[in-house]
Amino acid sequence: MDLKRTAVAGTMESSDIMVTVEPRESGGIVLELTSSVMKQYGRRIEQVIRETAAELGVENALICAVDKGALDCTVRARTGAALFRAAEQENGTWEVGR
Amino acid sequence: MDELLHTIPHIDRISHRGAFAGAGAKRTETFRARSGKDNKVLPSLEEAVRAAGLRDGMTISFHHHFRGGDHVVNQVLDTLAAMGFRDLTLAASSLADVHAPLIRHIQNGVVTHIETSGLRGQLAEEISRGLLECPVVFRSHGGRAAAIGSGEVHIDVAFLGAPSCDPYGNANGYSRDDDTSIACGSMGYARTDAKYADKVIILTNNLVRYPNAPWAIPEYDVDYIVVTDDIGDPAGIMSGATRYTKNPKELLIAQTAANVIDAAGYLYDGFSMQMGSGGASLAVARFLRQMMLEKKIRCRFALGGITGQITAMHEEGMIDRILDVQSFDLDAALSLKKNRFHHQIDATYYASFLFAAAVDQLDFVILSALEIDTNFNVNVLTGSDGVIRGAIGGHPDTAAGASLSVVVAPLTRGRIPTVIDRVNTIVTPGAVVDVVVTDQGIAVNPRRPEVAEKLKKAGMKVYTIQQLKDRAEALAGRPDPIRYKDRIVGVVMYRDNTVIDVIRQIDED
Repeated sequence: MDLKRTAVAGTMESSDIMVTVEPRESGGIVLELTSSVMKQYGRRIEQVIRETAAELGVENALICAVDKGALDCTVRARTGAALFRAAEQENGTWEVGR
Repeated sequence: MDELLHTIPHIDRISHRGAFAGAGAKRTETFRARSGKDNKVLPSLEEAVRAAGLRDGMTISFHHHFRGGDHVVNQVLDTLAAMGFRDLTLAASSLADVHAPLIRHIQNGVVTHIETSGLRGQLAEEISRGLLECPVVFRSHGGRAAAIGSGEVHIDVAFLGAPSCDPYGNANGYSRDDDTSIACGSMGYARTDAKYADKVIILTNNLVRYPNAPWAIPEYDVDYIVVTDDIGDPAGIMSGATRYTKNPKELLIAQTAANVIDAAGYLYDGFSMQMGSGGASLAVARFLRQMMLEKKIRCRFALGGITGQITAMHEEGMIDRILDVQSFDLDAALSLKKNRFHHQIDATYYASFLFAAAVDQLDFVILSALEIDTNFNVNVLTGSDGVIRGAIGGHPDTAAGASLSVVVAPLTRGRIPTVIDRVNTIVTPGAVVDVVVTDQGIAVNPRRPEVAEKLKKAGMKVYTIQQLKDRAEALAGRPDPIRYKDRIVGVVMYRDNTVIDVIRQIDED
């Protein structure tokens, strides 16, 4: 997936996560994560964001995520949405009940 | 006369005070002229402290009936620090966010030990990071009353804020003389301190005429009185009525808990109860009220921290008696003032394990929880990040005393599971917790198979606590364990004042 612009998905509401994606030429995936449940779920959130980027074939990007206790499914959906928007792709393959 | 004394057989068994030697001068001035003279009012807090004989290393005590509006603790500690006192033990019935200025007094060596029911805010965070060398001792309200009564905790000087007091020391949490003064309702926790402390100083903003009846604290327990403009912020002490929650999750939990009590057989004519003040536990009262109306039954007594919901039911004639150790809102305080059978009790009467206490007469209690584990142990003291942010209150006292203890909590809060393998801090042991009600299912302690049977017969689905824990984990994922250092920053006492758990310093490295 080719990232073309900066894009955002999600909100700052409780149980949501706001993910901002910025295209990069190199340097791999740089993740800046803050979370209200950092101690308990910081590792897990990072893992889900990186997995989602990898699944969509994104190799280089700056991803800023502000988490307010989102579940894994939300983290995955918001990250995916931000990446699709950054790639200016409308027809992503959405999954339900994963 | 002395000769006569010697002729009385067995005088040694009768009296050692000798013969009558005159009654002393008799006063003739009017009560009004006399009032205000020869009283216990001193012009300043400093003078009262000196008169009480406070020294370095002693134990001072406070009550928490002013909650987040309290100005007494900070005011007294500022004065004691300025007077140069050091190495004091602060034994408070509880401490709140507003007591963050204690941090400075701890850093400066004025306070070196704390006893409390709970800690919140910045002070709690600093203590979780190792601010105090000596671990903080956490006791339940009943455990504290027992420790003070037995002398395990010896109070040298009690500093007790009172919304009304007469010049001789009859003090109360409200005044029958006026409706405009600050009111905190019951002063149940302060009464134990007043009874057992060596010296008692009342701080009041409202000096009323003798006799300040009814009183919470009688004049014979009071040594000195200081009048000060500012004992607290009325808005922080109490406001209006505690509102019922509108959160559908909490309402679902409350409805389920009410059904559990009914199905378990504890909702009958003449039952007894205690409600928590948290969202879901308070809302249980609303559903119970409806069931009581339908069954045409009454409650014999409601105990505990009292809210406007309970006093409204009392005024409707649905609750015969209220035993009030702590009034949670202004409606409760006003009811205590005007209702004959809304009765103020002290902490010993409420929950001391040394006596048959009011908690021992409870049919059921509704309690909240931060965490519940698969052994039914409950934590209400430390957050899911390991930082102290709560208070024991009467949790273990009422859970142990009530025939049915029902713990209500959402299965997850945000992403944080409530039902887990092992609570961070054991406050109430699973041995006294009977039923756990969450928004996603009920679990009954295997110690109470008859309760589980009754719920099932009433058509309710009962899960194992392990199933609830698995469900929480399936939703939220398994949290990483909190990292602690070895150092112990808090010691948690069970209600019999044995050590039930410790709190360690959080590891943020």
